[in-house]
Amino acid sequence: MKARIAITLFVAALVFTAGYAALFIAPEEATMGLIQRIFYFHVAAWSSMFSAFYVAVFANIAFLATRRQKWDWLGVAAVEVGVMCCTIGLVTGPIWAHPVWGVWWTWDARLVTTFILWLLYISYLLLRGLIDEPQRRAMLSAVFGIFAFLDVPLVYVSNRLWRTTHPQPVILGGAGSGLDPTMAKVLVLCIFSILGVTLLILVNRYRLEKLRHEYDELRFEVESRSTDAQSNSTKARP
Amino acid sequence: MTAPRAAAIILAKELRLEFRTRELLTATIIFSLTVIILFSFAFDPSAAEARRIGPGLLWIAFLFAGSLMLNPSFARERSNDTLDALRMAHISTFAILSGKMLANFIFMSLAEIVLVPIFSILYNVPLAAVAGRLILVLILGTAGLVITGTVFSAISAQARMRELLLPLLLLPILAPLLIAAVEATASLLSDPPALDRTWVTFLAGFDIVFLTASWLLCDFLVEE
Repeated sequence: MKARIAITLFVAALVFTAGYAALFIAPEEATMGLIQRIFYFHVAAWSSMFSAFYVAVFANIAFLATRRQKWDWLGVAAVEVGVMCCTIGLVTGPIWAHPVWGVWWTWDARLVTTFILWLLYISYLLLRGLIDEPQRRAMLSAVFGIFAFLDVPLVYVSNRLWRTTHPQPVILGGAGSGLDPTMAKVLVLCIFSILGVTLLILVNRYRLEKLRHEYDELRFEVESRSTDAQSNSTKARP
Repeated sequence: MTAPRAAAIILAKELRLEFRTRELLTATIIFSLTVIILFSFAFDPSAAEARRIGPGLLWIAFLFAGSLMLNPSFARERSNDTLDALRMAHISTFAILSGKMLANFIFMSLAEIVLVPIFSILYNVPLAAVAGRLILVLILGTAGLVITGTVFSAISAQARMRELLLPLLLLPILAPLLIAAVEATASLLSDPPALDRTWVTFLAGFDIVFLTASWLLCDFLVEE
């Protein structure tokens, strides 16, 4: 218990430090000005999202291989956290883009891929919500999770190919190209802080799923015992 | 019983079932026609525009119709517990899946045989000259649609709201297929018509990836 509180406080401190660093320590970018500072958390959200989805597909494969429930709990926790990070990225992106590019959105390969990724994993969560029986839910969502993961590189390649034959509306320079050293350090700090938050939420979501499972088992036990007791009492009457 | 023979029997069963009433086929064709007509209201394309948006329109119509048509594939097996009967039969799950995939492919192809000429007439898009290469693109695209659609039909048949769930699961996954098929078809309508090798290869790759994934994961789909 104490360890958990300590870790939470540590991650909180890390996030506050990162926020302060992003706002005040990092140097102001030459062309974009203040809005550029959102980039530190935008990139951090993406790296957390990718980590979460890699964990998710690993958990899906592990579940299908071992049939242990804990991999299903990890899978759903990782996907939920990944969707959260994806949403953060998809919201901070347009906020950054509008003053800098003049448009909220553009149909660039990376943006399209991310949008489809978001849709796919929300479908994963919807699928889980629509299947009641736990074992079947775990199995089918694991299969869908693997299919979704396989689709993502295909989406990226197809969009890249498509966009190279059509004129690009905006040229996106790599965010990491020629980064100022202080900026790079702040970026690393922000990535680790968001990764810490992601991990914290992931672990807690996993524990929640585990507790739900235990609760369901206990409730089933109680109900089956009460129906046994009822049927026994009816039998006992002469 | 060997897997190919089992798949052939399942295929025969599906075809026989469908051709008794032909209701699924008819509904698919009429629905696709409705989508095509609604697009003409929505966009009212001129001749040049029709050539530009035509491929996209055609494939959107096929994707929508397909995601509705593929639902009964496994949903039908829930009544009278016929899926349990299939499961208990001594055949591999992939035989069941591939038999249904082939049946769905045949149904979808029959719908396309009717729809593509009608589309060509309605939108004045000349397709006769490139018929052979167009058929190749249609085969590869339909195969991808049917492979993923049949697998997701098996998944959504076990959930609630399956009529809504199947398009919801299927359409994001098919986004790369849509792009590739539309670009390949569009390249056939360009001047001079030239089949774009990149996109055809991509389509074939898509089909292979998802067929392999289906083969590896098929046992988990129909498990009790």
